[in-house]
Amino acid sequence: MTNHWIDIKNSNAVLIMGSNAAEHHPISFKWVLRARDNGAKIIHVDPKFSRTSARSDLHVPLRSGTDIAFLGGMMRYILEKNLYQKQYVTEYTNASFILGKDYAFKDGLFSGYDAEKHIYDRKKWDFARDDKGVSLRDKTLKNPRCVFQLLKKHYDRYTIDMVSKVTGVSKQHLASVYETFGATGKPDKAGTMMYALGWTQHTVGVQNIRLACMIQLMLGNIGVAGGGINALRGEPNVQGSTDHALLWHILPGYLPAPLATQTTLAEYNKATTPKTNDPLSVNWWSNRPKYTVSLFKSWFGDAASKDNDFGYSWTPKVEPGEEYASMFMFDRLYKKQMKGAFIFGHNPAQSMPNSHKIRKSLENLDWLVMGEVHLTETTDFWRGPGVDPKKVNTEVFLLPCCHRGEKDGTTSNSGRWQMWHYKGIEPMGVSKSMGAIYTEIFHAVRDLYAKEGGALPEPILNLDLPKAYDADKTAMKVNGWFTRDCEVNGKKFKKGDQVPSFAFLTDDGATTSMCWVYSGGYPAVGKNLSQRRDHTQTPMQAKLGLFPNFSWCWPVNRRIIYNRAGVDVNGKAFNPELPVITWDGKGWVGDVPDGGGPPMAQGGKYPFIMHTEGLSQIFGPGRVDGPLPEHYEPAETPLTKNPFSSQMNNPAIRWIASDMDKFAKHGDPRYPIVLTTYSLTEHWCGGSDSRNTKVLLEAEPQLYVEMSHELAKEKGIKNGDVVEIESIRGKVQAVAMVTVRIVPFKVMGKIVHLVGMPFAFGWTTPGVGDSTNRLTPTVGDPNSYIPEYKASLVNVRKAVKVTELER
Amino acid sequence: MPKTFLIDTSRCTACRGCQIACKEWKGFPAVHTKQTGTHQNPPDLGPYNYKLVRFQEYKMKTRVEWLFFPEQCRHCLEPGCKAGADAILEGAIIRDPTTGAIIFTELTKKLTEQQAKDVQAMCPYNIPRWDKKEGKLTKCDMCIDRLQAGMVPACVKTCCTGCMNFGERDAMLKLAQERLATVKKNHPKAMLLDPEDVSVIYLVTEDRKLYYEFAEARTPAPMPGMTRQELLAKAAAPLGRLLG
Repeated sequence: MTNHWIDIKNSNAVLIMGSNAAEHHPISFKWVLRARDNGAKIIHVDPKFSRTSARSDLHVPLRSGTDIAFLGGMMRYILEKNLYQKQYVTEYTNASFILGKDYAFKDGLFSGYDAEKHIYDRKKWDFARDDKGVSLRDKTLKNPRCVFQLLKKHYDRYTIDMVSKVTGVSKQHLASVYETFGATGKPDKAGTMMYALGWTQHTVGVQNIRLACMIQLMLGNIGVAGGGINALRGEPNVQGSTDHALLWHILPGYLPAPLATQTTLAEYNKATTPKTNDPLSVNWWSNRPKYTVSLFKSWFGDAASKDNDFGYSWTPKVEPGEEYASMFMFDRLYKKQMKGAFIFGHNPAQSMPNSHKIRKSLENLDWLVMGEVHLTETTDFWRGPGVDPKKVNTEVFLLPCCHRGEKDGTTSNSGRWQMWHYKGIEPMGVSKSMGAIYTEIFHAVRDLYAKEGGALPEPILNLDLPKAYDADKTAMKVNGWFTRDCEVNGKKFKKGDQVPSFAFLTDDGATTSMCWVYSGGYPAVGKNLSQRRDHTQTPMQAKLGLFPNFSWCWPVNRRIIYNRAGVDVNGKAFNPELPVITWDGKGWVGDVPDGGGPPMAQGGKYPFIMHTEGLSQIFGPGRVDGPLPEHYEPAETPLTKNPFSSQMNNPAIRWIASDMDKFAKHGDPRYPIVLTTYSLTEHWCGGSDSRNTKVLLEAEPQLYVEMSHELAKEKGIKNGDVVEIESIRGKVQAVAMVTVRIVPFKVMGKIVHLVGMPFAFGWTTPGVGDSTNRLTPTVGDPNSYIPEYKASLVNVRKAVKVTELER
Repeated sequence: MPKTFLIDTSRCTACRGCQIACKEWKGFPAVHTKQTGTHQNPPDLGPYNYKLVRFQEYKMKTRVEWLFFPEQCRHCLEPGCKAGADAILEGAIIRDPTTGAIIFTELTKKLTEQQAKDVQAMCPYNIPRWDKKEGKLTKCDMCIDRLQAGMVPACVKTCCTGCMNFGERDAMLKLAQERLATVKKNHPKAMLLDPEDVSVIYLVTEDRKLYYEFAEARTPAPMPGMTRQELLAKAAAPLGRLLG
């Protein structure tokens, strides 16, 4: 989230799209309903009428996978009706930037496309620059090659007529949403967008969110109270684990994973530290080497020195152009290119797409180490449906993990608040925390290395890891400390002092920090700010619902990021009623200002300090699949032609090929129905926790498939019947829930049906059904490789024999 | 001063936190359920389910209405169940004078199943359920143990949207009127259900008949051997009103 949960109450319009907030983030509705009490309109755009829709002013059903068409239409509407916030767009975004001669877009393709490799040469999308390398601008926004004019041209094709035909949304609904949300372009109005996996789980997931950001920038809704682009992060600490680099492509704190070709720290720094000659740009990432070195110092302690690049060469590298996302990992496993695996807190045999392939892949392991609270479809894959345990040669080690309530630690919420949680009860039986388990395993391996030696010994022997895991000590190290007596920014520190904030991290080995964005959260011994529960606030903060003394949030306790874009060039808030920060002549009051310095008119810097140019990106050349979002159909689509261009699917998708990776044809008559999958309030992720919490299973006991009355009638299905859902990859049985909450869509003149299914039910809980993901395809967004769970193709029929569900 | 709930269904998201919290606080075991084509589960109130969120969906003229009704005992001011039980065994059902909670005591174990059924029939909202295993009549007790320890009922504590409200009767009646005035702006049919008769006041946004059969108080069946006059004498509002 750019903003935070409480701030939703400050919105004048709440667009919930790509999320079923009331069901998956129930607390969010405390604040959504407060906004509604204050007169805000609540709009829910989603294929299914859900509990979220029930509490919204307007529910707009949309064919799954057409969000870019929907939002592209909104962008066109905003431009056509002049609803954008002009000063914001001109001063704080790159709308005025002029594109270089190489940029072009034609028939669904951007310039620089390599059709063989499915990749773009992103250099073709660069801006025209002056002799110092600073982008050329036309603040009148009239230059035909400026971003603003190219944006207009790009979305000119997204007429209400066209969008309606593609999305299946009525023109009346489109106009109503566009008008309501577009009205927040007024400087003193704000609209928020709340999204979750409904936007990310598509082959165009990242571009869904890009377009949403672009709209928010056009409307001046970023950096203001009640605005923002707000990812509703999952309860499994998705925010915290992302910050701490759960994913392969980054190191903690959003530092790019080093490439095998970057053999020295100097080469890595050169490649990852952006430069600008624009004196108005803060270019915060110019500090990146300080964060990188501090990270290595915290990993390797005294062994890391300037002479050995602080252990850079001991850090794992990735091959350029190689993909390491989990769907590729499992493809390697399927192709017998991997022998062993550690799987902790993850149930891929249930939660990853194309379960049949995942389950088959696991059989190729020589050994599998799992850390789990419950038995899952993955821990017990060797005795799953259709598997003969005698024929599985994998040795499985199951390590019992304790539950969150049984250990101390932190969770970061969607608003980036790092919050300490305390152990409630002692761990059950011999279970331990994952931190303790990993620490023990590591030391056993290190002892072996010390005794017997082994491949690449340095990172093992030099890792600075205490013998026993301690959550408090770990939190201190995440913040970082000084490794010697020194002076930074004119302040003197002693060896062992905690670093007060990331502004004091250095690139010479004097500091540690395991994740620079969290530096400042534990600024002194005994001062763990994530434990704060203090409600003290100023009257200005009270009006905002901002609690600066409750927990701590990254970065530097700034609750609404990009907040300097929420004020005009003189430092006055665009919305004088609800200023997030304001310049009182001497300094900023309110929230912690983004980047500091005086207002722009008094010599201040650009507000978007994380971008090299200092301005936010309407035109975004950083993504692999294009600088402007464009509608492409899902990998499996009921259409035979993309109405917007000759490119049916996202051209940058990297397709996985194996005998188990089958895809339905475009408009496949065998699989004419769109399947979308989702979670539900009562179950958690793959369901291993909640299916073993029997009172939750009581409330949602078995797998179901929601479908319209029209489809049910067509197929002779009655409410409560067991039906079989079939894709080209597999079959699943579920109970039919025939409902008015799902409607048929009229798409390009024909009727398209959609069904929806949860994915929480698996065979280890008898009689509840088995993985819905036996239906979904292994294909994902080319930036994130989040799978396309939200749109694939199936058929549905009444089950002849019930085999998977207790009746 | 007796306590009162305001259940503002215009704020209910049917997260079922209340339904689960109720079971968890009481330490009730899960009951075995099946998916039958609705999110409502278990299908009905029971000895291990004092609170149940009921779901009803309708296709209206311009929009879908999905109505949620977090059902529980209304803790009537003049409870029919108590009137019925008093006629059989004084003390089986009592009214806690401090909170106004209607409590089924251990003495309900002394009722025969048929007598329990007769008591059940006296409830205008069809709330009490027979616990076959224990041989007693059961229902929500307002979390009297929590109240006596200075806490609010579990269902209220867990509600995150402001649907479940609990407090002194005066304050709740005032809040009910305020909320009704606000909700009516968007939902002209909004109303409070029997606010003068019950300690658990529902604010609904649509015609009460759409929620479920017993959102509307029913006419109770007189106890065996009891005349209509006796019933009227025993049971005041809402029964009195219903019986005319």
